[in-house]
Amino acid sequence: MKTIISVILGGLLASCVACAGAQELAPDVLVKNVTTEVVELITKDKEIRSGNRGKLIQVVEAKVLPHFNFSSMTALAMGQNWNKATPEQKKRLVDEFKTLLVRTYASALAAYSEQRFDFRPLRARPTDTDVIVNVRVIQPGAQPVPIDYSMEKTAAGWKVYDVMVGGVSLVANYRTEFNATVREVGIEGLIRNLQVKNRSFEPAPPAEKK
Amino acid sequence: MTLPRALCLPLRMLLLLLALAGGCATTEDRDPRDPLEPLNRAVFRFNEVVDDAVAKPVAGAYRDLLHEQIRGRIRNFFANLGDLWIGVNDVLQGKFFDGFEDGMRFVFNSTFGIFGLHDVASDMGIEKRDEDFGQTLGRWGVGDGPYIILPILSSSTLRDTVGWGVDIFVGDPVGEFRPIALRNSAYALRLVNRRADLLDASRILEQAALDKYVFQRDAYLQRRRSQIYDGNAPREPRQRDEEEAPAKEPAKEPARAPAEEAPAKPR
Repeated sequence: MKTIISVILGGLLASCVACAGAQELAPDVLVKNVTTEVVELITKDKEIRSGNRGKLIQVVEAKVLPHFNFSSMTALAMGQNWNKATPEQKKRLVDEFKTLLVRTYASALAAYSEQRFDFRPLRARPTDTDVIVNVRVIQPGAQPVPIDYSMEKTAAGWKVYDVMVGGVSLVANYRTEFNATVREVGIEGLIRNLQVKNRSFEPAPPAEKK
Repeated sequence: MTLPRALCLPLRMLLLLLALAGGCATTEDRDPRDPLEPLNRAVFRFNEVVDDAVAKPVAGAYRDLLHEQIRGRIRNFFANLGDLWIGVNDVLQGKFFDGFEDGMRFVFNSTFGIFGLHDVASDMGIEKRDEDFGQTLGRWGVGDGPYIILPILSSSTLRDTVGWGVDIFVGDPVGEFRPIALRNSAYALRLVNRRADLLDASRILEQAALDKYVFQRDAYLQRRRSQIYDGNAPREPRQRDEEEAPAKEPAKEPARAPAEEAPAKPR
């Protein structure tokens, strides 16, 4: 028994040393740190709590956005249409999709009210480059809602390429939507639809300010 | 299919109705899971109007008037009544221990939790589950069937509509409330409470979707699939360059696939 424990402890220690050596956080630690930091920020900030969306979006852009791989997400959401897009179209698609996702994320965060998070231990081998980090949102009187982050290892650390909320994959959901739109109005049409969508939610476009 | 006998006739009638409705519609490249899209979209639009005119304002007022503490008690009360039927469904799906736990939740919450107003079982570490007869049918191997937008109740499938009917007419203790006026008030309160809980979710949907109808449909179908597998649905392969996987998922044989054994994901 003792040996088992020491082996486990030794393994844990070794993996900690390994991750510290690589100057890179393990994916589950990363998710935990970012979630904790963002939740603390938004619960303490009076402006955000009173509904300042612009500021909330700033927080998401500063703290959350760097950990997402948006080109990966866009490519996955586009499915077989990704290769039909020109490099220039791809760039615009990624930009618009990024804006849409950031705002959606901000909307979800705005709904936050004192739920607790249960960070599950990562079940993965150290050599894995594609893992799922499980977090559960605990709320009284209801089944916990699982949030699963699909993450891939890149040169710049672990990046999220899909989020599943309650078993619903964001990327898979957008894939059907994008597919249908491309079939109807083409890739240019999809970009235009995304632009229109994004503009319709702009708090106050600076161009129209007097 | 192992359907109870009593269900066969209404099911057959529904199927016939759907076949008729489906026959009227043209079938150019439509999502194979949603053959009734034109009809569904019409009902969806109707629901939106009702929601904007009645449900949302009422739920909003309810949320503003009642403190979260009180809404929480109301939520717990109905959730507790639901645990019995959840337990039955767990047992029907062969998950006897889960069913036992659901029963224990009901016992603890009804007594120590004062008629379920307090969710003491969750504090004791017995987590709430979410089961219904539609999930049980799914577990038994019944496929989704066509996607259906029900008036007022919104997203469903043929299987889940049948399941919902059983939930309401067989498995809902609120239906036993007497006098009838009390029962109806309880139905209304539960509905308003549920809509109020979904206010945030519908705002997020509004923000996220290019086409709300499509977004909601896909989210619903994905969600149900995940629920049937109790959150362990086999992970779909990551696809980028290849052709789209066939939209028809083999949602049968819900063998519990542990997440560790997820298939290698082709890049």
